[in-house]
Amino acid sequence: MKPEKALIFEMSKPGRVAYSLPECDVPDIEAASVIPAGLLRGKPAELPEVYEVDVIRHYTELSRRNFGVDNGFYPLGSCTMKYNPKINEDVARFAGFAKIHPYQPEESIQGALELLYTLQNDIAALTGMDQVTLQPAAGAHGEWTGLMLIRAYHESRGDHRMKVIVPDSSHGTNPASATVAGFETVTIKSDERGMVDLDALRAAVGDDTAALMLTNPSTLGLFEEQIVEIAKIVHDAGGLLYYDGANSNAIMGIARPGDMGFDVVHLNLHKTMSTPHGGGGPGAGPVGVKSKLIPFLPKPIVSRKEDGTYYWDTDRPQSIGRVKAYYGNFGILVRAYAYIRTYGPEGLRRVSECAVLNANYMMHRLAPYYEVAYPGVCKHEFVLSGKRLKAYGVRTLDVAKRLLDFGYHPPTIYFPLNVEESIMIEPTETESKDTLDAFIDTMIQIAKEAETDPQLVLNAPYTTVVKRLDETTAARKPVLYCTCG
Amino acid sequence: MIKHRYLPMTEQDEIEMLKTVGANSIEELFADIPQSVRYDGIMPMSKALDESALLKHMRVLSDKNADFDRYTSFLGAGIYDHHIPVVINHVISRSEFYTAYTPYQPEISQGELQAIFEFQSYICELTGMKVANASMYDGATALAEAAALASGATKRKRIVVSRTVHPEAREILLTSARGLGLEVVEVGYSNGVTDLAELEAAINDDTAAVLVQTPNFFGCLEDIRPIEHLIHERKGLLVMSVNPLSLGILESPGVLGADVVVGDAQPLGIPASLGGPTCGFFAVSEPLMRRIPGRIVGQTVDSEGKRGFVLTLQAREQHIRREKATSNICSNQALLALCASVYMSIMGKAGMQEAAMLNLRKSHYASGQVQGSPSLSLAFSAPFFNEFVVKLPEGAEAGALNAMLLKAGYIGGYDLGSAYPELAGHMLVAVTERRTKAEIEGFVSEMEACL
Repeated sequence: MKPEKALIFEMSKPGRVAYSLPECDVPDIEAASVIPAGLLRGKPAELPEVYEVDVIRHYTELSRRNFGVDNGFYPLGSCTMKYNPKINEDVARFAGFAKIHPYQPEESIQGALELLYTLQNDIAALTGMDQVTLQPAAGAHGEWTGLMLIRAYHESRGDHRMKVIVPDSSHGTNPASATVAGFETVTIKSDERGMVDLDALRAAVGDDTAALMLTNPSTLGLFEEQIVEIAKIVHDAGGLLYYDGANSNAIMGIARPGDMGFDVVHLNLHKTMSTPHGGGGPGAGPVGVKSKLIPFLPKPIVSRKEDGTYYWDTDRPQSIGRVKAYYGNFGILVRAYAYIRTYGPEGLRRVSECAVLNANYMMHRLAPYYEVAYPGVCKHEFVLSGKRLKAYGVRTLDVAKRLLDFGYHPPTIYFPLNVEESIMIEPTETESKDTLDAFIDTMIQIAKEAETDPQLVLNAPYTTVVKRLDETTAARKPVLYCTCG
Repeated sequence: MIKHRYLPMTEQDEIEMLKTVGANSIEELFADIPQSVRYDGIMPMSKALDESALLKHMRVLSDKNADFDRYTSFLGAGIYDHHIPVVINHVISRSEFYTAYTPYQPEISQGELQAIFEFQSYICELTGMKVANASMYDGATALAEAAALASGATKRKRIVVSRTVHPEAREILLTSARGLGLEVVEVGYSNGVTDLAELEAAINDDTAAVLVQTPNFFGCLEDIRPIEHLIHERKGLLVMSVNPLSLGILESPGVLGADVVVGDAQPLGIPASLGGPTCGFFAVSEPLMRRIPGRIVGQTVDSEGKRGFVLTLQAREQHIRREKATSNICSNQALLALCASVYMSIMGKAGMQEAAMLNLRKSHYASGQVQGSPSLSLAFSAPFFNEFVVKLPEGAEAGALNAMLLKAGYIGGYDLGSAYPELAGHMLVAVTERRTKAEIEGFVSEMEACL
């Protein structure tokens, strides 16, 4: 076990510097000569005083206390922790992408505009939609944008529909986004197969239904087989269909949301399109729409003139307005575009095939040891239940903590909410059979440990820099910043 | 079978795995998707390129853009060409950081959690506030979230915002207010700062908050104390949007009485990157702690008493509260918060002051050059930090001037006429520490020559 790591503030020594700033080659006026004294800082911010080697060693040590996809298998369900290609990182750092300003004249950023225009079209083709905005910065941001589009669409027809339907297996962001967009959420139960219950849906829809939000494949890893009927029920009631693209990695080139009847789609580029999760962002959540919703898209979108030049199209009178400063997370969009171009359409289809085969293989091998929540064929992920181990006093949380000792990031646990002691596993396509087999063997071993030596599992982890942390006290008596400054 | 460097599945693997699954082909695994919605063709999208060709293609696209290495930028308006210490890219290129997910498993995420805790500490220290979150999408969306928080905390619906706040932040505020059913009232300016008489008239007993930005969009410093008095007298909240670099020398919002402080961390070592990804920050006074949106990291101990960090106060968040959540934000800009943290570690106590002073001195030298010019003048006389508004001669257009400046190797200022029709013929000029005396003089004389 490693000793406690110092905070950067605790390393401070007066007089040390780590910076090298440009020289002051203009008159060195005093601040007080141009700014009233009352607006100037009374005492300086107590930032640490360290030198460059301190900084590098500090963050290098912090990085060693962290676990990313490059460290090992990361089967975090619904998060699509696939390999983050290195070429994407390299190209996003090109000066022509990293060192350009959003307000530069259009003629000075034609390469950036061309990339955005092409990406808009590529995502439209991938999802089967008619037009795409690249502005939203994350999945939840895309959801909210999509719902605001739906709201604007209904309002433009004088139709005040304020209810959004979500299944009980949906991501928590779905109902939260609905609330922030001003809608009321109606949650419907899943049927015994984990699918949308059509009777519950029929009972829920009406002339107040604005939309149904659906993740397909669902968070259970199941494809909604009755999607055509679902779309008909919602559309017949005058509602629209919203596609949460969190699980798009299962169906690229195999089935497109636009062809299933969805009217609005968001994609998580940090999932399906391999852009890194960054320890919690940045991501990107572009939104695609069918033609009837195009007038409401956030402004601007990128368009192409007849002479082949590209421009910001801001003349959009029915637009819902702006949802993000400037034009979205451009650096992430560059990475996603590079990713698309490493595969092309046929390669992307193969990505989904491999992701789905990997998941089904794992599910079949683990089924004798952990109950499969919904047996049958799964898509890119599947949900197990750890409830059998409760007889030995071992819960899913303990299994997850024990996995840490074997060098794995655990799967998603306790989500979706409708499966007891749930364990949600998503291997992705970039993991080999060898990796899957080793992980499966470890999961089997832990199940056996739970039966024969439950304390071993209950006290895990043993190999990490800290043991289980007291989260209750953290929330009750919050310490949210360093007081040593 | 398609072979690809990111796909490990061999034909042998595929055969063995299908056998375990009990399927004859991968196609069988998709039998649950109705034929009527299956896609049979090849999607009409960009074709695959090999690694060498892709690098070349991306280089071609990149080279079509006028970047800060090849052009001298005087453009700001929220995104600035500051010096980025080389250390930052090395730190954020550690793949233990950038390939990790949100730190849900604290035992193997102590690095990220501690980095966020330090980021929160930096923001609290800089802003003088008690609580900061882990980050927001950007400064503009953070401002809209601040309005939502203020409405929830005061149970009031009216948001008063100064027109000197970034125009795009106000646009986002309007979009978001429509969702939340808030009323947004804009207040005008005089001499580049919020008009206090207009502000006073706009605040009523249903006013949840006043939103001001300082340095404001024109670069001018708002006089916060009278604004603070006006809004607190009516029991509303003071929301300040600030440039974090300016806080190296400017009074902290906490001392000035702010209830919520937001801003964009782009000036702290984050590349301009066509405006994103950057990183918003969000800090509040203690009474508002449990209303703050987004992720928060707290310090705690492990089962052996050793210090550690966890995501905390999660009862506020959407994955617990679902439709009762007051914000839908979850993962956002952690890696950029790390950028900003490394920047502040590098700058330290002295460097933050020195960087802010360099911006102040160089921009004031530039404004002096403008004042001395026969054809240019300053639009406002209010004090400013590193940006100021230049009035062009009668009839001159900022857009046309920028096109000429570009040919001469300069990225000119922001054309204010696009967002403020009354300021057509005015240009917002930013001067960071990176600009040299010679570049400043060259720019001003080039402007004169173009006019």
